[in-house]
Amino acid sequence: MSEISLPESAKHTGHAGHPKKDVHGIKMGMWLFLMTELLLFSGMFLLYSAYRYFYTKEFHEAAMYTHTLFGTVNTMVLLTSSLTMALSITALERGKKWLSVTFLSSTIALGLGFLVIKYVEWSTEIHEGIYPGSPMLFKHPRGFELFFAMYYLMTGLHGLHVLVGCGLLTVMLIFIIKGKITQEDSVRLEAAGLYWHLIDIIWIFLFPLFYLVN
Amino acid sequence: MEQQTLTEHKGAPTSYGIYVLIWLALMALTAITAVVAGINLAAFTLVIALLIALVKSSLVVNVFMHVKYEDKIFKIFVAIAGGVLSVIFLLTFADVYFRR
Repeated sequence: MSEISLPESAKHTGHAGHPKKDVHGIKMGMWLFLMTELLLFSGMFLLYSAYRYFYTKEFHEAAMYTHTLFGTVNTMVLLTSSLTMALSITALERGKKWLSVTFLSSTIALGLGFLVIKYVEWSTEIHEGIYPGSPMLFKHPRGFELFFAMYYLMTGLHGLHVLVGCGLLTVMLIFIIKGKITQEDSVRLEAAGLYWHLIDIIWIFLFPLFYLVN
Repeated sequence: MEQQTLTEHKGAPTSYGIYVLIWLALMALTAITAVVAGINLAAFTLVIALLIALVKSSLVVNVFMHVKYEDKIFKIFVAIAGGVLSVIFLLTFADVYFRR
């Protein structure tokens, strides 16, 4: 009897769609991907640090041209979006599907809000004549140009990640509504959440480096 | 707090309360960073700002990203990655410093 029931139960653990997924493997895979993202940004943080070491005075002065208010508000927007992301997972795990949908929608809305603020901020700066290769920057010492090259590169790549994150979370939102991500099978939402939190962490470091040098 | 840590074993959902608490801490730390930047502490300003950023990111990693409640293997994995990164940063800084 036990020989018959054993392969029966073994079948249930292996296949996708069955309640027992390799939750650990999925999360570990996501973490591994996050590490590669971290390496990508670390290279830029290293470059920023080296430039800042060689052009300390210019970096100080250039940072005064960035808008601290935009940076601070965006930090708070992103931190709040991380909160609603975490709350969305808890809500789903407690079986409150529509509360989870509400929290996840807020996360996406906050992410888009971040991008709108970023757009206004960049527009203001470009209007002031600050953009890579602009004549205004060439009038200043070389460190100015390098600071803003790093600024546009790093916040731009970060913004791209926010955009991708919003897309990813929208897919998760549809999955939850359609019942493909459920209380019993929520690992995909958790993995997407990990990605969103990483974006938040990167911004936590970008904020003091570009907005608070004065 | 005591009760929460008892009930929050692996698999059980984390309470809403702890997330809100961490969020409040993160907002407070952001405010502190912005205020400290206004005070002129010379070279220490950057060090303090980066230390606060480290504290903030460790809160996010441990609570929001759930590492605190995960199996040991995740903690080891994150710790090794963090260690490797800090070695890369340290060696590059040493290189830049002595090259000048």
